[in-house]
Amino acid sequence: MKQQPILKVEGLTKSYGEKIVHNGVSFELHENEMLGLFGGSGTGKSVVLRSIIGLEQPDSGSIRFLGQELTSLSERELFPVRQKISYVFQNGALFDSLSVEENLAYPLRAHTRLSTQEIKAKVDAMLTLVDLPDSNELLPSELSGGMQKRAGLARAIIMNPKVVLFDEPTAGLDPVNTRRLCQNILNFKSRGLTGIFVTHDIASAFEICDRIIILADGKIAISMATEEMRSSNDPLVQTFTSGAHIR
Amino acid sequence: MTLSSVPNLVYRQFHALVSTTGGMGRLLIRFFEELFLPPFPFRLTAQQIYRMGVESLGLVCITALATGSVMALQFGFGLAKFGGTLYVPKLSSLAILREMGPVFTSLLVAGRIGSGMASEIASMKVTQQVDAIRALGTSPIQQIVIPRVIACCLALPMLTLIADYICLYGAMVVANNEFGIGNDFFITKTLETINLTDLLTGMAKTGVFALFISIAACWRGLNTEGGTQGVGATTTWVVVTSSIFIMISDFFLTKLFILTVYPTQ
Repeated sequence: MKQQPILKVEGLTKSYGEKIVHNGVSFELHENEMLGLFGGSGTGKSVVLRSIIGLEQPDSGSIRFLGQELTSLSERELFPVRQKISYVFQNGALFDSLSVEENLAYPLRAHTRLSTQEIKAKVDAMLTLVDLPDSNELLPSELSGGMQKRAGLARAIIMNPKVVLFDEPTAGLDPVNTRRLCQNILNFKSRGLTGIFVTHDIASAFEICDRIIILADGKIAISMATEEMRSSNDPLVQTFTSGAHIR
Repeated sequence: MTLSSVPNLVYRQFHALVSTTGGMGRLLIRFFEELFLPPFPFRLTAQQIYRMGVESLGLVCITALATGSVMALQFGFGLAKFGGTLYVPKLSSLAILREMGPVFTSLLVAGRIGSGMASEIASMKVTQQVDAIRALGTSPIQQIVIPRVIACCLALPMLTLIADYICLYGAMVVANNEFGIGNDFFITKTLETINLTDLLTGMAKTGVFALFISIAACWRGLNTEGGTQGVGATTTWVVVTSSIFIMISDFFLTKLFILTVYPTQ
């Protein structure tokens, strides 16, 4: 029997004024699957992620998470959903007035009844997992770009979400930090992490993702397993994996 | 600019005014909707009260002292021509409690706190921290707007109360040194002239100003676009708009109080 998708996006449309960004985007995400989302600049990859978590309202279409329709939910009704679907921002989006520890503790304080000691223990454990031990008291401005992104990843994962949306997490990182962040994500994946990985970084996506979809002309033009994509002769795949932008 | 572009310009200005008023009105409604929803952000509100109130105290005290001194000086020299220097305490105290204390303190707060609030929220917006608050299943209204509006509405009247006293003290010192008006006489005449209504109407004005400054700063900050340039534009807009609002609304509030609560004699 075919496994039910954890997340199902159907016929998503979105326009900004005259510019049509999505014109019927449809795809599914299954449990324990890491889905890569490729596409040229301005094709609306981040808008797909923002629509899923409700930061953007699509013009039409359906987004179902664990059978629940998300597009019709109000901001307040989305709060519990956002504890199950988390978002890793491109620049980390850490709260710059809070220390790293307070940033990681933020969702725990907001949504759980854990004691201060329990929160501290969870934060310490998570910081160790993303190779940031002893950085509890540092402010985001005192962290390097790679460290900020790893702290952002830790904050997104600390609530044990069912799905994690990665918005170009490796953008702007040097190879060493890219490698380190990918290793962190792979570690979480080995523990059963499900997610969507938006990126221009083909090598990282091939390493992390089980399946890859390509967004072009407002729709999902290609959907195939990563192994299949590596050997694909499809011109669109070839164009993209060789580094050229899709129009 | 040609004559034909005037209607277009008027339309754009009108559109901007309507969308600003509508946007701020909607934010105010959301503020009241979420104000009573748990959990109330006590810690954030206390932090904001400290930043707005305690950290502004020095600035407010210096300005109040200078304002009171200048007022006594101007009233004294002006009234000396008519032999009326003894009216300095009466005039100074009424002007300070009803107008100068509330308006000067509010203008200072609009400049210091309003700009700080607007630039902070605008920076959070352009660096996706506001999106992060939402993505983590929390409300930017609860985390950003409610603490700042509550803190501003509590801090500004308190700062005004302190400013009033220091302003009066400055006026008393200058009246004594420049015009030989004794401190006891100054205090007696001041207490004969002013009453609780004068103090409370002045503080009520600052409540209205504080609500406007904080809602304007939050609304504009949360709607900032265009990176660092947008942050700068937001800060300028909040200070200018708040200052204009304070001056214009002060007239109407004063008129309202004259018609309703100020004694006629």
